[in-house]
Parts: sequence; structure tokens; C-alpha cells
Amino acid sequence: MEHGNLVVSSSPHIRSKESVNSIMYNVIIALLPATVAAIYFFRLRAFLLIAVSIIAAIAAEAIILKIRKKPIAINDGSAIITGLLLALTISPAMPLWMAVVGSVVSIGIGKQVYGGLGSNPFNPALVGRAFLIITFPVQMTTWINPIDGLATATPLGLQKMEGIGTGYLELLLGNVGGSLGETSALLLLIGGLYLIYKGIIRWYIPVSYLGTVAAMSLILGSDPIFQLLSGGLMLGAFFMATDMVTSPVTKKGQLIFGIGAGLITIIVRLYGGYPEGVLFSILLMNIFTPIIDKYAMPKIYGEVKSK
Amino acid sequence: MGATYEFYKGLWKENPVFRMVMGMCPTLAVTNAAINGVAMGLATAFVLVCSNIVVALIKTLIPSKVRIPAYVIIIATFVTIADLILAAYFPDIQKVLGLFIPLIVVNCVILARAEAFASKSNVRLSILDALGMGIGFTWALTLLGIIREILGMGSIFGISLFGEGYISWIIFILPPGAFLTLGLLIAFFNAFSKNKAEDSCCH
Repeated sequence: MEHGNLVVSSSPHIRSKESVNSIMYNVIIALLPATVAAIYFFRLRAFLLIAVSIIAAIAAEAIILKIRKKPIAINDGSAIITGLLLALTISPAMPLWMAVVGSVVSIGIGKQVYGGLGSNPFNPALVGRAFLIITFPVQMTTWINPIDGLATATPLGLQKMEGIGTGYLELLLGNVGGSLGETSALLLLIGGLYLIYKGIIRWYIPVSYLGTVAAMSLILGSDPIFQLLSGGLMLGAFFMATDMVTSPVTKKGQLIFGIGAGLITIIVRLYGGYPEGVLFSILLMNIFTPIIDKYAMPKIYGEVKSK
Repeated sequence: MGATYEFYKGLWKENPVFRMVMGMCPTLAVTNAAINGVAMGLATAFVLVCSNIVVALIKTLIPSKVRIPAYVIIIATFVTIADLILAAYFPDIQKVLGLFIPLIVVNCVILARAEAFASKSNVRLSILDALGMGIGFTWALTLLGIIREILGMGSIFGISLFGEGYISWIIFILPPGAFLTLGLLIAFFNAFSKNKAEDSCCH
């Protein structure tokens, strides 16, 4: 409907240039430094694991969408991210076929059973990782030292089981045993800051998550810098806890989410049976996301308290 | 609705596990190996047949207000018999199934058949109904047990399938594996029977 120069249309009038594609590809760019580092540290093994995970994720997505008779939307990049994130959370010593299993479970049981992108209550890559760590606990916790290629333990495992600390610089750069993408805290931090700079994620969840872990480890008598730099915390805080589908939408909700995840992480790390608690903390907080969203809703403009 | 229908319906059309989704406690808890599924299925089928017969026989004698407690007492009698038979002849299986044998008392499949069928039918039809439901329950539990045992231990009825090098998928002998297997099987069967219904009605 045009009246002279005026265009009459219904709201919304301001549109974002962001699309699912642009968000997803920005996340992939942000993950690149850590991915390149993984390939640098663990060579061919890392490259093959990452490639196989991504290909399996895309293939699983395409096949399941075909069975569900939905448009095959593998170009949106979400399957690539799921495969990449999963690969970054598994041990470089994993057999390749286990990475395939993890990717198929991530996409199939983590995402498509709930109705595909946007409907999944849990972060798909973490569902795949949880499946793998329960199914193949031995292979998931056999770590390789990136320098000499020998079997080793992760810094968190060393700290918990044998009381051996690891230097900050090593943790920052990534010369330590661990999952493909969790060895170098610095590169993950750079990727995370890029996402915040681009406006893809907001700072509320990473900051409240990392802040809670630091504060609690200080209170409970552990080294806060060590806790921040080791394990999957950086990867989880910036790339997994901030997943738009499975985290709360409001500022208040995101702060609650981050604090909850931080508490669970530090409790599992210091008192739990596993050396690392990031996986379970994010999955558990994913369950609470709908409730947090319900109680953290801002008031509608002009709303009056009901009597 | 002939006598044969009363038997066949439990096998597939009204299968207690895959179609009615009843008796989930034993279905999920004991099916970590094929033999456990068979044992639990047969024990339940035995109790189901016996309690259906007795309920059908004495249905006119039970005041309707206290019928549920009366059914539970009848069922509990046969559960005790099944438990003692298992303990006498198959002590290993009885030990593995443990608490879940006494829990057959509160298996809703049995109570539902007593309430919904045996209390309204004659003895002959009640036996057929119970046999169909019992066999339906047994094959469902056995299938779950077979799938979980193959993946979780690499064996079937205790016979190793893949040799020493097999890496067990431990999740499938743990509780999450029960939920995953059952959910995927129900989804598979639903997809299968939905297509069939569409084919027969709309083309």
C-alpha cells in the first residue's frame, strides 16, 4: 500500500542483517584459531578427527531431514558447528569411528528427534559428548601429550588424582594433554572475544560463568587462575553455554544461567567423581532454561502488577 | 471381535510395550541382557494368565468397591509362586532380576488386563487375552534385551558375537541405554505402522 512517499506496513520495522547463516559462519570463524591449534598440536590425528566429525554430522543431518521429508538445510552451517564442537571436545586418541558415532548421536538424538534446529533443549554437541563419555569411558579419557605423543593425563586430572599442578603459560598456550580444542585457553579466549565483538553472543553468560568459577575456587581454596585456564571451561563458556537455542534470552536469565553453570562446574571439579564438570554443568543448566526464561521475563511496557 | 482377535491383539496391535507403553518399570530396568528380558517376560506372562483366570472366575463375587485390592491380592499370590519357582530352578536369573520379580505385583499391564478385560469376560477369552498380552510383553522385552546385549556386551544370550576385540557400548547396559533403545524402537514401529495405515485408507 503506497500513499505518495509513504509505505504502510506492519511491524517489525527494523530488521537485523543477521541470519542463521551469518551467525553460524561467524561462530566457525571464531573457532578457527583453536581448530588450527588442535591440528598443530596433534597433527594428522586431529585433522582427521575434525574432518570426520564434520562430515558425519552433515551426512546425518541430510539423511535425517530427508527421512523427515523436510528441506535439506545443511547450508545453514549448524551441522558443521555441531561436528566441529564435538571434535574439539574429544580426545585426540579416539578412534575415528567413535567420532562418527558421536556426530550421529549429536545430530540424531541431540537435535533432530526434538524437531531440528531451534527446538533442541540440549546443546547437540554436548549430547554427543555425554553419549561418548558414558559409552566409551576408556577411549574418551585416554589423553596424549602434544609434545612427545605419549599418554598423559589432563591438568585437571593431574591436579585431582595426584596433586600435580601445571604452569599458567603452558595452560594458556596449550602444551598440555586434553581434548582437541580445550588445550589452548588463549586461542579460545580470542575466538570468544571475536564473537562478543561481532555481537553474536553477549558477555553475560561467559562472564558470569567464568566469574562464578573463579570466585568459588577462591572461596573453596583452589587456585582460581588454574581453574579458569584448564579443562573445557573456555570452550564451554564462550561456545557452548551461549548457544542461542538452549540458553535463556534475557540478561537476567543469562546471568542466572552462567552462575548456575559455574557453581555446578566447580562442585564437580572439586568434589565430583569426574575431573571435569563443564559438560554436565551446561547440560544441567540447559534443562533449567525454560524455567529461567519464565521467571526472568522483563515486564511489558505499561504492565501493572496484578492484585 | 472373535476369540482369535483377543489373542492376536496383544502381539502387535495392542502390544503392551510398543503400543500401550505400559509396564515401563520392568521394561526399562531388567532388559540389559536378552535372557533377563525372556525371564521377566515369561514370569509376567505366567502371572498374567493365572490372575486373568482367577479374576474371570470370581468376578461376580468381588464387590466392585474393593475390586482393585482383591485383584492385587490375587496377582500377589501368583507373583510369590513365580518368585519361588525362579528361586528354586533358576537361582541365577532370580538373583539378577532381584526386586523386579516382587514388583510384578504392581505391573500395570497385569492390573489393566484384570480390570479392563478379565472382569468383563469369560474364562476362555481371558486366557487368550492374557496369553496374547503375555507373549507380546515377552517378545518386546526380549527384543530390547537382545539389542542392548549385542551393543552393550557384544554377545547374545551370553554367546560372544564379535570376539575379544569388541569395544562395548557401555551406555546400552546402563539405564540411559534402556530409554534410548525403547524410544528409538517405538519411533521406528510408529513410522512403520503409520505408513501402513495411510496406504490402506487414502490411496
